[in-house]
Amino acid sequence: MTLAPFVILLLAAIVGYAINVKSARAIRQGGTRLHSLSSFHGLYSLLLVIVPVLTLVLLWLAVEGAVINRILMASLPPGVLEELGSGQVQLIGAEIRSIAGGRIFGTPEEWKLEAADRLINYRENAAWLLVAVVSVLSLAIVVFARSRVAAEFRARQRVERIVSGLMIFCAVVAIFTTVGIVSALTFETIKFFQMVPITEFLFGTSWEPQIPIREDQIAAEGAFGAVPVFLGTIVIATVALFIAVPVGLMTAIYLNEFASRQFRASVKPVLEILAGVPTVVYGFFAILTVAPAIRQFGQSLGLEVASNTALAAGGVMGIMLIPFISSFAEDALSAVPRSLRDGALALGATRAEMMLNVLFPAAIPGIVGGILLAVSRAIGETMIVVMAAGLIARMTINPLDSVTAVTVQIVTLLIGDTAFDNPKTLAAFALGMMLFLVTLVINVFALRIVRKYREIYD
Amino acid sequence: MTDITPDNVNAGQTNSTAEAVRRSLSRRNRKQVILQGLGIAAIVFALSMLLILVGTLVSTGFQAFTQTHVEIEVFVDPQEIKSENLPRGGFNNVLATSMGQYFPDVDLSDRAASREITSILSNGAQFKLRDMVVADPDLIGQTIKLKVPTSDPYDQLNKGLIKRDTAEQNRRVDDAAIEKFDRLDELGLVSKPLNTALITNADSRFPELAGLKGALIGSFWALLTCFVISFPLGIGAAIYLEEFAPKNRISDFIEININNLAAVPSVVFGLLALAVFIGWFGLPRSAPLVGGMTLALMTLPTIIIATRAALKAVPPSIREAALGVGASKHQVVFQHVLPLAMPGILTGTIIGLAQALGETAPLLLIGMNAFITSAPTSPFDSATALPTQIFIWADSPERGFVSRTSAAILVLLGFLITMNAIAIYLRQRLHKQW
Repeated sequence: MTLAPFVILLLAAIVGYAINVKSARAIRQGGTRLHSLSSFHGLYSLLLVIVPVLTLVLLWLAVEGAVINRILMASLPPGVLEELGSGQVQLIGAEIRSIAGGRIFGTPEEWKLEAADRLINYRENAAWLLVAVVSVLSLAIVVFARSRVAAEFRARQRVERIVSGLMIFCAVVAIFTTVGIVSALTFETIKFFQMVPITEFLFGTSWEPQIPIREDQIAAEGAFGAVPVFLGTIVIATVALFIAVPVGLMTAIYLNEFASRQFRASVKPVLEILAGVPTVVYGFFAILTVAPAIRQFGQSLGLEVASNTALAAGGVMGIMLIPFISSFAEDALSAVPRSLRDGALALGATRAEMMLNVLFPAAIPGIVGGILLAVSRAIGETMIVVMAAGLIARMTINPLDSVTAVTVQIVTLLIGDTAFDNPKTLAAFALGMMLFLVTLVINVFALRIVRKYREIYD
Repeated sequence: MTDITPDNVNAGQTNSTAEAVRRSLSRRNRKQVILQGLGIAAIVFALSMLLILVGTLVSTGFQAFTQTHVEIEVFVDPQEIKSENLPRGGFNNVLATSMGQYFPDVDLSDRAASREITSILSNGAQFKLRDMVVADPDLIGQTIKLKVPTSDPYDQLNKGLIKRDTAEQNRRVDDAAIEKFDRLDELGLVSKPLNTALITNADSRFPELAGLKGALIGSFWALLTCFVISFPLGIGAAIYLEEFAPKNRISDFIEININNLAAVPSVVFGLLALAVFIGWFGLPRSAPLVGGMTLALMTLPTIIIATRAALKAVPPSIREAALGVGASKHQVVFQHVLPLAMPGILTGTIIGLAQALGETAPLLLIGMNAFITSAPTSPFDSATALPTQIFIWADSPERGFVSRTSAAILVLLGFLITMNAIAIYLRQRLHKQW
């Protein structure tokens, strides 16, 4: 039944195309010159059907569920939803839907069964209504498009204008996405700051995002001071960069200057594999191999190492970032003009001196841009820290300790919770907002450095 | 140094400079050797990390590609299983009785002892027997051969992951249990065939029954949705920006926007999907459709950037020739430039999809980490995806899930390698030097 509107739409489009092509040909065979090729007349009909009707169907399907749900909830007998929280109301909706889907648990109240029947009824009616609307609309457009076929009709221009419009729409989707991210985050974050003061969030040093589930529960109020969470992210990212930056830079220097062509051609793609491994794999690697190894090593030195130490998460993240930094550094190094190298070598510098005193300083801006991008990757990296870092926020900068991170908190606060009306879930959006803003600033800054630097030598 | 300097002084200076250079040369060369050594050390470090990573996964994962089975003779007792009661019946008792025939010394009326010998079999054995009997009720009253997986501890024992020489109190299987298992082994009932359940079963709480079917199908639907949305949108946006857009502030803004979207952390896309797709539009949670839509937004910048590069690589002569014979701008792009750029576009798209296949964080936020024991039948059903399944298994406490997680990762990496290989093949095979 969901497929029916699409099938009708497709059929109408094909039929419209065929009819228009045929009638355009008939005009040409009658001896008149057409302004546009007959296939453009066909495409005109096809696009005219598909674009508006497909938009309608998709919009319809997007809002149908929500609208039906609202009608259903409004039709429930008065009194049953009074004094219920939004979570419980959602639960009743879900129960009715599962009864309508044929999964009945226990013996539900009579009004729920009736509501389920009504729901099935609504859904059927909505589906039939959609099919009817699609059929009528498609037919009307096909007839209209057919009526436009004429020798002097500028079908090509019309088609091209529609296609241009579609392409502009595609390009604007990217903007929609950004707008969607910003508005979703802003909306939920403002709700959060109505419950928790913004100063507490930004400067508070205690992070305990619990909330009482029931009114009478003697749970802690919950504390939403995000400083220890930010601190954890900084600790882990620092550890990651301590590994990734030296190893990545040294790799880039060697590959750029000393390696033979053959060595380079075989090592570079292998290193790129490190960047292509999914982060969930790194997370598993961290808990399976790296964390126990670090712990054992630390204990052999007599150090107290937490089982989910920041060293494990940060170290594995550093390994992931090696190819990222090395490829940026290599690009920057090879963008330095040849004349600089040749000049240095001609003055008698060794290749190492040329590299360290001439090439490297000249490439610094590009390298810094690459490192900044790596920082933003490290801050936003999720799976490695979710699997290998801790959950409890501590005010510590000791990398042997267990620390948490912004992304860890976002994921743990949101897993298994849907109601957006308590500070616990909303806190995740506030953290997401911080993450988005910080990475955005770093990215814009880094991209600008990289681009500006490229222009200098171009 | 000028001409008026006496010759001998000049010569002396040259000598001393040459001397100084010569003296410092070994130090300078040493510096170069150190730099080279550091470079090699860095590369060796990175490569050995990759090697350890792959080595760990293979060495723990290969165990999960086989599964210990026992083959027992089962008398489907009409006393316990009545055809009118199906699918209910005393399947567990039937299994206990049939296990009892191999252990005559065990008193089956002792519930603990009887439970101990049936615990060699997987918990799924009774369901397998039930399904067989439901499918063919004539089996009631007959003796049939049943080949079922063993439960996880015995599987690990058989694979040598539980060492027999560990002290008994530190071992998950006690001596008596080992002795029983060995008796079955001596009778030739134990085998270790290929673990097809890893692909054909959906998720389960029991490691020996857990498989990737649900995750594979979920990932398939999500990737399909992602492709259907991001491929046309990405190509449309790229063609517009590269071929038609006027150079003005608006197109500059769109371009900066796309570059920034490519660097937004993936978890933020998860927040977007949770708030907009699920919260505002009311789309179902845990559905591959929503996952695919989220992944599509993330893949879009990759496809746009790759498509623009591919379009740029088509030489202007092609465009000029087509314009010269009277094609319109649209005809030039769609009939000449786009087909020539297609290999590059496809390469970029496959690489983008491979990234999307490994993406986990946004799928966690939209609930694709639910525990679901049946494979989805449509993109609207709740499902997991390969990476989220790996996350779930990595979080499971049972020992048997460790090797299964590695195996699942190997399956995922297999898909990624295949996709990248196809992309490289396309690039090399169809690449044209203009």
